[in-house]
Amino acid sequence: MKVRFWGTRGSIPVSLTAPQIRRKLIAALSGSVGRSLDTSEAIERYVDEELGFDVRGTFGGHSSCVELDTGGAEHVVFDMGSGARPLGQSFLQRYGAGAPQTYHVFMSHVHWDHIMGFPFFAPVYIPGNRIVIHGCHAVLEEAFRRQQAAPSFPVDFSQLAATIEFDRLEPGKPHAIAGLAITPKLQRHEGDSYGYRVQAQGKSLVYTTDSEHKVGDVDERAAFIEFFRDADVVIFDAMYALADAISVKADWGHSSNIVGVELCQAARVRCLCMYHHEPAYDDQRIAQVLQETRRFEEITRDGHRLEVISAYDGLELDL
Amino acid sequence: MQLTVSAQRGAVVVAPAGRIDHASAEAFATALQPHLDRCRAGAEALIVDMSGVDYISSVGLRALMVAAKQAEAQAGRIAIAALSPMVREVFEISRFDMVFRIYRSLDDALASEGAGG
Ligand SMILES: [Zn+2]
Ligand SMILES: [Zn+2]
Repeated sequence: MKVRFWGTRGSIPVSLTAPQIRRKLIAALSGSVGRSLDTSEAIERYVDEELGFDVRGTFGGHSSCVELDTGGAEHVVFDMGSGARPLGQSFLQRYGAGAPQTYHVFMSHVHWDHIMGFPFFAPVYIPGNRIVIHGCHAVLEEAFRRQQAAPSFPVDFSQLAATIEFDRLEPGKPHAIAGLAITPKLQRHEGDSYGYRVQAQGKSLVYTTDSEHKVGDVDERAAFIEFFRDADVVIFDAMYALADAISVKADWGHSSNIVGVELCQAARVRCLCMYHHEPAYDDQRIAQVLQETRRFEEITRDGHRLEVISAYDGLELDL
Repeated sequence: MQLTVSAQRGAVVVAPAGRIDHASAEAFATALQPHLDRCRAGAEALIVDMSGVDYISSVGLRALMVAAKQAEAQAGRIAIAALSPMVREVFEISRFDMVFRIYRSLDDALASEGAGG
């Protein structure tokens, strides 16, 4: 199974600006002074091996959308943030318009940054496609219909050509969908959000975004450790620094890198993937947070090594 | 949770020892509370001497955040001194270095926060 990230930014999509690109170019060119970069191979090696990801690349700006490629006939996606637009293009390239497909979308919740990509997800305009939107919220269907209602969008939900179904899931119990055993879990977030634990092919993945953890809540901590237990990858909302998450940004519904590491260490998770990046952070800042989080994992390690990565648009993980 | 308390050079110094984690954070907060209640405008500064702490987790940091908030609400002075190198890093990574005035040593803290400081 493969996990592909199409949107990793929290709250609202962002794009690189001209001054930010200029800074990257200046950093790259400054580092090249004195090197003989006179062949394209040398240039590529310099870019790929010498420059940091924050200089040579970008964490990207689309809001939440993650694909789980099970290798099976039916497709699995978490959330429909703005990353759903490039994901839809990718599906069209892979399967063309003439071969109807089934898509299972699992929704953490229906805040705008998690549904805004749906009207731009090309498969919805293709007859014969079947799209099943799974979630635990009573307002699931209403939220999807409302964002496309006039005067907010030119194409009403009822005009979409694909067959679209809504499937209300019960939290706390496993559901067998698309060859997966998938269990939703209620999380602390305005209007509620749900994390998903997926078990399939001997692997486990947890998708847990827009989830605030009340530091000091013993029962909540124990429940999340159980939910994360021995997972291969935990995709975790690490939007804020701990000091902010428990003071000025308390009750804003997000968590921190510190709590992510602590929970994953206690649950013996293999890899923590930080996600739902703060839109105010530039690439340099996200790279710095990643470096600091790796250091935090290292200095607090207690017999179990936790791999720490930071999601970016375009990242592909082998489970 | 051991919390040693002393009056030094016009400040109240509280010195926790060991780990401040899920097992001990509540005891730490409870032991700190009476000193925090006295940390008001015009009172002596409260200095948390961290030299004996070799590990602090998010719950321990939360106890310190609660302390900072209460001291601020009471217009009292609170400061942190003598973080071990590892705990210092945890403060930086969690951005708790922005929450407190932090001194390299208890001596430095007393010189700035104590009587005449
Ligand atoms: Zn969100
Ligand atoms: Zn949200």
